[in-house]
Amino acid sequence: MKTTIDLVNGGRLPLAAIPVLPFPEFASGVIDLMRHSATPIAYFADQAEPDGAPELFAVLTAAEPGTFTVLRSRLEAGFNALTPRVSQFHLFEREIAEQYGIAFNDHPWMKPVRFHQVWQGGKDAWGRDPARHPQPGVMDFFRVEGEEVHEVGVGPVHAGIIEPGHFRFQCFGEKVLHLEISLGYQHRGIERLLLGGPWPQTPSHIETMAGDTTIGHMTAYSLVLEALSGTTAPPRAQALRAIALELERLANHVGDIGALAGDVGFLPTASYCGRLRGDYLNMTAALCGSRFGRGMVRPGGVLFDAEPARQQRLLHTLADVVPNTRGALSLFFEAPSVLGRLEGVGKVMTDDALGLGLVGVAARACGLDCDTRRHYPVNPYNAENVPAIIEANGDVFSRARVRQREIEHALTFVRQALENLPEGPITAPLNSLPADTLALGLVEGWRGRLAHIALTDGQGRFRRYKVVDPSFFNWSGLAMALRDEQISDFPLCNKSFNLSYCGFDL
Amino acid sequence: MFIRLLLHLLLLAGLSPLLIGVITRTKAIIAGRRGAPLWQPYRDLGKLFRKDMVLSSTTTWVFRAGPVVGIAVPLMAALLIPFGAIGAPFSFSGDLVLFVYLFGLARFFTVLAALDTGSSFEGMGAAREATFSCLAEPTLFVAFIVLARISGSFTLDTMFGTLLANNLQTVYGVSLVLTAICLFIIMLAENCRIPFDDPNTHLELTMIHEVMVLDHSGPDFGLILYGAAMKLMVMGTLVVNFVMPPATGHLLLDAGLYVAALLALAAGIGLVESGMARLRLIKVPQLLIGTSLLSFFALVLLLR
Repeated sequence: MKTTIDLVNGGRLPLAAIPVLPFPEFASGVIDLMRHSATPIAYFADQAEPDGAPELFAVLTAAEPGTFTVLRSRLEAGFNALTPRVSQFHLFEREIAEQYGIAFNDHPWMKPVRFHQVWQGGKDAWGRDPARHPQPGVMDFFRVEGEEVHEVGVGPVHAGIIEPGHFRFQCFGEKVLHLEISLGYQHRGIERLLLGGPWPQTPSHIETMAGDTTIGHMTAYSLVLEALSGTTAPPRAQALRAIALELERLANHVGDIGALAGDVGFLPTASYCGRLRGDYLNMTAALCGSRFGRGMVRPGGVLFDAEPARQQRLLHTLADVVPNTRGALSLFFEAPSVLGRLEGVGKVMTDDALGLGLVGVAARACGLDCDTRRHYPVNPYNAENVPAIIEANGDVFSRARVRQREIEHALTFVRQALENLPEGPITAPLNSLPADTLALGLVEGWRGRLAHIALTDGQGRFRRYKVVDPSFFNWSGLAMALRDEQISDFPLCNKSFNLSYCGFDL
Repeated sequence: MFIRLLLHLLLLAGLSPLLIGVITRTKAIIAGRRGAPLWQPYRDLGKLFRKDMVLSSTTTWVFRAGPVVGIAVPLMAALLIPFGAIGAPFSFSGDLVLFVYLFGLARFFTVLAALDTGSSFEGMGAAREATFSCLAEPTLFVAFIVLARISGSFTLDTMFGTLLANNLQTVYGVSLVLTAICLFIIMLAENCRIPFDDPNTHLELTMIHEVMVLDHSGPDFGLILYGAAMKLMVMGTLVVNFVMPPATGHLLLDAGLYVAALLALAAGIGLVESGMARLRLIKVPQLLIGTSLLSFFALVLLLR
């Protein structure tokens, strides 16, 4: 009997086709796949009936190129954590424990993730009062003892206008021995809001999962809904989605390089990139009326077309900003004082990046070839029009460099896509959603891989909607990058990752 | 005597915020922005002095003393040095030692005030300030010794004058140029400018001087900013004194010449800050030790 089942990006499976494995078989299946260098995409639990045992789903990349494996089991209290053998699952298991009040045995780092109440009521995994909302950040922090060791706590309220998060450094002088990051202050319970959906409000919730990844998350959601309904967006809509996605990448990458420049005190690039980011946001606004792309993408296609006049205007703006962008970037990457600040700082080793399951820019800067657009492509992307953009060193410079090269690629990609827009409609009608089905949608957002997985119930409503934002994996990468680093380099390392708090907290 | 004293203090109090304005404006123009008006620092100070103050309940009088000493010191130190061709109101043989240690006193109180808050950020800032100033101090001393040796005088008033202009062609030329470079770098370091510190990023983990004054607010913070501006002017005056053309002998003309040179120096600082990134904190001691070596080298050349 085949114990696992494969599907592609934007594919669906009837739940009945996925066998429910006994946990030991499930565990050995996952470990076996990991041994053959699979990448974990998501690991989550779903409680179909109020009194039933939650079911476990693990989605990993499969050996067959371009496909994913889904494994399914049943969650029972008191079984052993997979984390000691599959380190990429460490946050997923903490998440499941927090949601379902089940503590895993042998989990090396069993702490709350988002500080919310147990989903179904009942017992809390840490023995906290299930009737009261837990205080964010109240947990045991890792402590280094010693006469000359001191602890520096930063946040959750910061000196700048940024999202809240608590960072606790164990320092020996200026050297950071360990950094622990505690988030959860932005938890809005989005995954629970989606249960029983799709609701009329669902698109707004999806678009604000991480406000700077509006297009990315909405495209992933649209892929899931289109997969469920068996529809494909028309080619013109797919091209417009890709244009919007790359504009989002451009705006954020350019803004990030500017922020890095600001952090090292290199003013010219900081100012130019601040302005250029606005130019790219305005191009998105010219397309759909919102600088962040709200309302652009919807299941079935896009809501806004680029008619010839608009298309020409966008091409003109693009031609204007390209030389400015290149100038601002080369100024930055050619200044020796800047390179001195970036090179060798905040290094993440390739093995650590693999072990933590890093994705996106952070992973590509560690020499890992992972890009959803290349490996699990959805039109108009394919392995030919998206090159492998990889840097080997895993330091702040590599992460900046990956961004610079991706900006270069996105500029060309957007121009070509705008020049060759396919003719045709921009929306396709959706069919009603099938019952008891699993669908998967992956998008390479500007930060990295966005994974959306939907399970429908007997009525074709969402019985579970799982979202994995790239920040979910990558915050651990930032903590790792700070090991043995100077505490004064934290802001720079932080900017080089530029992760989302609300994307993690959901 | 009294008029010279008044002129000195007026120049210092009136002109020092303008230097900050010029630096900010230069940086803005290079970055392609219009920038804040030149008199913005005066407005900022006025605003701070009209504000109320928040004092942490854990602090003592030491916390309040920091800003007061911070502004008293540059006022006193300014009286020991000539502003261009305008002579110093007070001088005595060996006043250069007093000059250096007045700033040591100010630093001591700023560090104490920072430690008084009990905040881990301010503690880090205090540790950094103490470390880096240890490394900057010898350079200033050795530079003064070089000047004293060439001019044969131990008073700051007569040490500068037309020293560089007159001796550039002589055997002292190389020593003097090296010393001028050292003084410029020390001025940047002592006033927390790029590449040593970035007065603009308010990132609590990377700052040196700014992080020590995080808990100060209102008039106290105004005193700190005003004191910092005066310190910049005093240290800048050392550099200006060095490269000033010979005096004209006319008091007003000399004053105008001095002001123009000081503003040019501020614009120069703005250019440096626009053109390079800040150093990694771990590299700052290397640059400061390098500067010390440069000043020793100047001395060795002199003694050979």
